[in-house]
Amino acid sequence: MIRAIATLVGVFFVGVLVYSFGTGLVTYLSEPHEETAEHVFHKHPEHYDFASDGMMGKFDTAQLQRGFKVYKEVCSACHSMKYLSFRNFADLGYNEDQIKALAAEWAIPQPSIDPETGEVTTRPNIPSDPLPSPFPNEVAARAANGNALPPDLSLITKARHDGGNYVRSLLLGYQEPPAELAEQFPDAMPGPGLNYNPYFANLNLAMAQPIVVDDQVTYDDGTPATQEQMATDVAAFLIWAAEPKLVERRQTGLAVLIFLIIATGLAYMSYRTIWADKKH
Amino acid sequence: MSFPWAKKYEPKNPMMQWLDQRLPFPRLVYDAVGAGYPTPRNLNYFWNFGSLAGIALVLQIVTGIVLAMHYAANTQVAFGSVEHIMRDVNYGWLFRYAHANGASFFFIVVYIHIFRGLYFSSYKAPREMIWLLGLVIFLLMMATAFMGYVLPWGQMSFWGAKVITGLFSAIPLIGPTLQEWLLGGFAPDNAALNRFFSLHYLLPFVIAGVVILHIWALHIPGSSNPTGVEVKSEVDTVPFHPYYTAKDGFGLGIFLIIFTLVVTLAPNALGHPDNYIEANPLSTPAHIVPEWYFLPFYAILRAFTVDFLFIPAKLMGVLAMFASILLLFFLPWLDKSPVRSGNYRPLFRIFFVFLLIDVVILTICGGAPAEEPWVMISQVASAYYFAHFLLILPIVSSIEKPKPLPNSITQAVLGKGADAPASSAGTTGSATPGLQPAE
Repeated sequence: MIRAIATLVGVFFVGVLVYSFGTGLVTYLSEPHEETAEHVFHKHPEHYDFASDGMMGKFDTAQLQRGFKVYKEVCSACHSMKYLSFRNFADLGYNEDQIKALAAEWAIPQPSIDPETGEVTTRPNIPSDPLPSPFPNEVAARAANGNALPPDLSLITKARHDGGNYVRSLLLGYQEPPAELAEQFPDAMPGPGLNYNPYFANLNLAMAQPIVVDDQVTYDDGTPATQEQMATDVAAFLIWAAEPKLVERRQTGLAVLIFLIIATGLAYMSYRTIWADKKH
Repeated sequence: MSFPWAKKYEPKNPMMQWLDQRLPFPRLVYDAVGAGYPTPRNLNYFWNFGSLAGIALVLQIVTGIVLAMHYAANTQVAFGSVEHIMRDVNYGWLFRYAHANGASFFFIVVYIHIFRGLYFSSYKAPREMIWLLGLVIFLLMMATAFMGYVLPWGQMSFWGAKVITGLFSAIPLIGPTLQEWLLGGFAPDNAALNRFFSLHYLLPFVIAGVVILHIWALHIPGSSNPTGVEVKSEVDTVPFHPYYTAKDGFGLGIFLIIFTLVVTLAPNALGHPDNYIEANPLSTPAHIVPEWYFLPFYAILRAFTVDFLFIPAKLMGVLAMFASILLLFFLPWLDKSPVRSGNYRPLFRIFFVFLLIDVVILTICGGAPAEEPWVMISQVASAYYFAHFLLILPIVSSIEKPKPLPNSITQAVLGKGADAPASSAGTTGSATPGLQPAE
């Protein structure tokens, strides 16, 4: 009885699937396949060896400081980093006084409430504050950016495939749309307020090219600020921001692994000893 | 319970004697996973995965309880509270990555455990109840994992919840009302997040309860083994402790090494980047995909693209997805071969390999975008999935001529002539009528 019902159910599902497959196949063969502009022109990020890559990779604090300066002077005009606090910059090699000064001099003040009157106001930042957003709310952010919302950058390298390389490639990838795009996919050409970038998922993004010329930022350590250097440094900084515990995580992992390999070796030997007289 | 030659618990320490007379808890442990449980001597490494699954459950509960101390189940702050765990809580990153990857490893271990059961036909009489309870655990795991994935309130959390709860709306008449009732609203929102958190905390303990039943049911007939021949005498068995505690200990070491590698070196490899974007009901991700362990079922769901008679395609997909798991409950009565182990079933073995390949293809299709040729491939693969269990397996079990079985486990291990004296009679089925698979 169970087997008879099972056969009926089996024949039913297989039948429906074969029928679905058949109609799908007919459509697939009879209708022309339309290529999409994204499929033809979208590029995967170019690979770059960041100092933090690999099992033994570590953050290059000098590079993080340079990247932070790029963020501070270029990106922070539009992009918030709300999951970072000023105190986190100790990871970049700044000492307590430097962080205090950095917070106090930050261009955007911290939203606050006047302790006397209860009115909404602002105050200078202190190390325990999160980085304040450049816009008071989403409506303001959209209004200032042609209705596009600049995403928060705290997690950007984890929120995109191959994040570090993606950020670096995107920053360096602005270009004129290729002539073939205009020929083959006129609809995919950047509209008003949009910019062509083959590393962006749908090829056109609202953000204008942020890193435009060499020496846009003056590095404190004298590193020549080429466009590529600035893009690489800020990508490295964003990798750190998304995963500040990266190095600690790997080091913990290696220590645990050494312990586990020894423990597993002992477990294997005791297993062999216990089973020595039992064939199995 | 168990075999007549099982060792009896005889505490020597006066305190243990005192305890044993009043609350025989040490005796329970001794009989369950101690020297009092005689176990077939020939279990291979595939038999490690039951205890590993138990350990994975404990790992999830321990890490989960710590995470719940810092997590806040409210749509306004849930995403931020997870980042707080990652950045500010001491070793919070370790607990969160261990918990998120722990779910994946729990599923890896359980899938190997299930396929072990399929290959060695561990579901056959007298072990049907163990199989059925195991499937109940699997269903509870799926529910728990799904709700756990919603809690970080990222884009995939939100849209996954929307798609999966949307499946209920396919049910005729009551569907939309049922979906609203489940979510506490028209779309996933604070009410849904809060109840998912509550259930996500509850269900693991329900799983733990069913695990106890699963192990209890296991101890009635005792463990199966790679030959599929039942235990006949004491020489066929070894006490669980120290033999299998030692072997499981070694297996656990290997498991933890691989687990540590993933947690500390590639903790996001099994996740989706979109879940690091906070949930936004106004922005649909390009491709909504569930976690990898649901992909085969997701592929079956999406394989139904055409309305059939009066049944809409969406409802067909939902029915098929649930059927793909529910049919496993009937397996003990669909496979009527008297031989358990796939090692002695040449034809079954070939189709078992096909099934493994099929499930891998379904997994790939489930992760691929819903466009051709992936839809067609998933349709063929889904058709094979149903055909395998509902059509091929019953036929194979009737027409196949199995290879000769060893007389006993000991003979299989030591070779001919080393048979235990008590077990002269033939094959599995005929020797012990009580242990024969049901017709």
